[in-house]
Amino acid sequence: MVSIKSIHNLIAENAFFEKMSSTHLETLAGCGKLAHFKEGEFLVREGDCANAFYLIRSGKVAIECHVPASGEVSIARIGAGDITGYSWLFPPYRNNFDSRALTDVSAVVLDGRCLRGKTEQDHELGYQLMKRFAQVMLDRLQATRRQMLDVYTYDGTPDENSF
Amino acid sequence: MKTHSELTSPMVPLPYRLCEISEEIPSCMTLRVEPESEEFFQPWMPGQFFMIYVFGHGEVPVSTSGNPEKQGQLTFTVMSVGSVTQAICRLTPGDSIGLRGPFGSVWPLDKLEGRDIIVMAGGLGLAPLRPVLYHLLSHGDAYGDIRLLYGTRQPDKIVFSDEVLQWHQDKTIDVEVTVDNAGRDWTGKVGVITDLLKDISLNTSNTSVLICGPEVMMRFSAYALLDLGVAASNIFVSMERNMKCAVKTCGRCQYGPYFICHDGPVFSFDRVRHLFKVREL
Repeated sequence: MVSIKSIHNLIAENAFFEKMSSTHLETLAGCGKLAHFKEGEFLVREGDCANAFYLIRSGKVAIECHVPASGEVSIARIGAGDITGYSWLFPPYRNNFDSRALTDVSAVVLDGRCLRGKTEQDHELGYQLMKRFAQVMLDRLQATRRQMLDVYTYDGTPDENSF
Repeated sequence: MKTHSELTSPMVPLPYRLCEISEEIPSCMTLRVEPESEEFFQPWMPGQFFMIYVFGHGEVPVSTSGNPEKQGQLTFTVMSVGSVTQAICRLTPGDSIGLRGPFGSVWPLDKLEGRDIIVMAGGLGLAPLRPVLYHLLSHGDAYGDIRLLYGTRQPDKIVFSDEVLQWHQDKTIDVEVTVDNAGRDWTGKVGVITDLLKDISLNTSNTSVLICGPEVMMRFSAYALLDLGVAASNIFVSMERNMKCAVKTCGRCQYGPYFICHDGPVFSFDRVRHLFKVREL
């Protein structure tokens, strides 16, 4: 049996929650639980209701999308210390991608429904969470845009020995 | 040993013969060449390039991609992107080509001894950095921690994949590879190359970074390193422009105040940082 206290510690140790007040960490811990996923198991399925986000403690997770004729395409991989899942923050609260365990994964699962209620009551908690998620989303958005540039595909002047 | 200029005009190619050619990835070949006569051999250093002349087709600049310890032969890795490079990729062992060079600046390996080294390569940008990796592998004791961070489009686009895997398995250097997208059979990382920097604990004052790849990849990588506290003077990039004469005459490769054929292709980032902001330069 894992206590709220130990989940509190796991959350507090993660850089994502750095400088968050002890009160807010306790609130988050109250909405959290530990979860384990075996290799190949899905943390999240595309199209399902998004009612949680995940703090990965150990293992690797692939963010995937099924592309007809190409199969499952990995668009990102995350690991220990990373956060995944933003769709719980915004209506219609629906997951847009699959998250699949590439190895056995341990995670803290934070209940989005629980947190949505808490943040409506405590706007400071909402601000602190939004500020952190905005940074993660900005990083991912910029990385995704760079991936979209497809920079490794040659598009220079013919007969230049390009990279 | 006579230099190219002592043997003949730097505009006249010396005759070389193709010994071996093999496919790295589709449309990308690695060729090993030797001089027709020993007196034609030209010593080179990592970072430098030669002008490869395919008779009847034309001439292109190509960086050396082989082991600098094996100076008796020259290795190049060429992507087929136009008529000359297509002709290079169609060569067969025994064919003659012309070479001019070597030209250009070098990766400043002698000045980096004692420092941690990060080699960041994107796509075929690993080719001009492969001589650096050979050197670092041979002289590892002279350097601190050595890392290779490599990004490419997809797993099947990893050049020198056998060697990259070998380096990773040997743990002689710390190798991290990421791809823009991948299928389920890929067990490595997916994402942009700058993501790989997040997992590294850097001693920024004692780290030098050598970057080669598409210009946009070098730009984002250099900015990410600056954000982490690496000084611009400790970041080195290899610039690529279409070259013609390779001897600072025609101006084809002019890059602001520099001629890449002569002042480059390797520059410390503090020298070219301002030029990265100039569009279409």
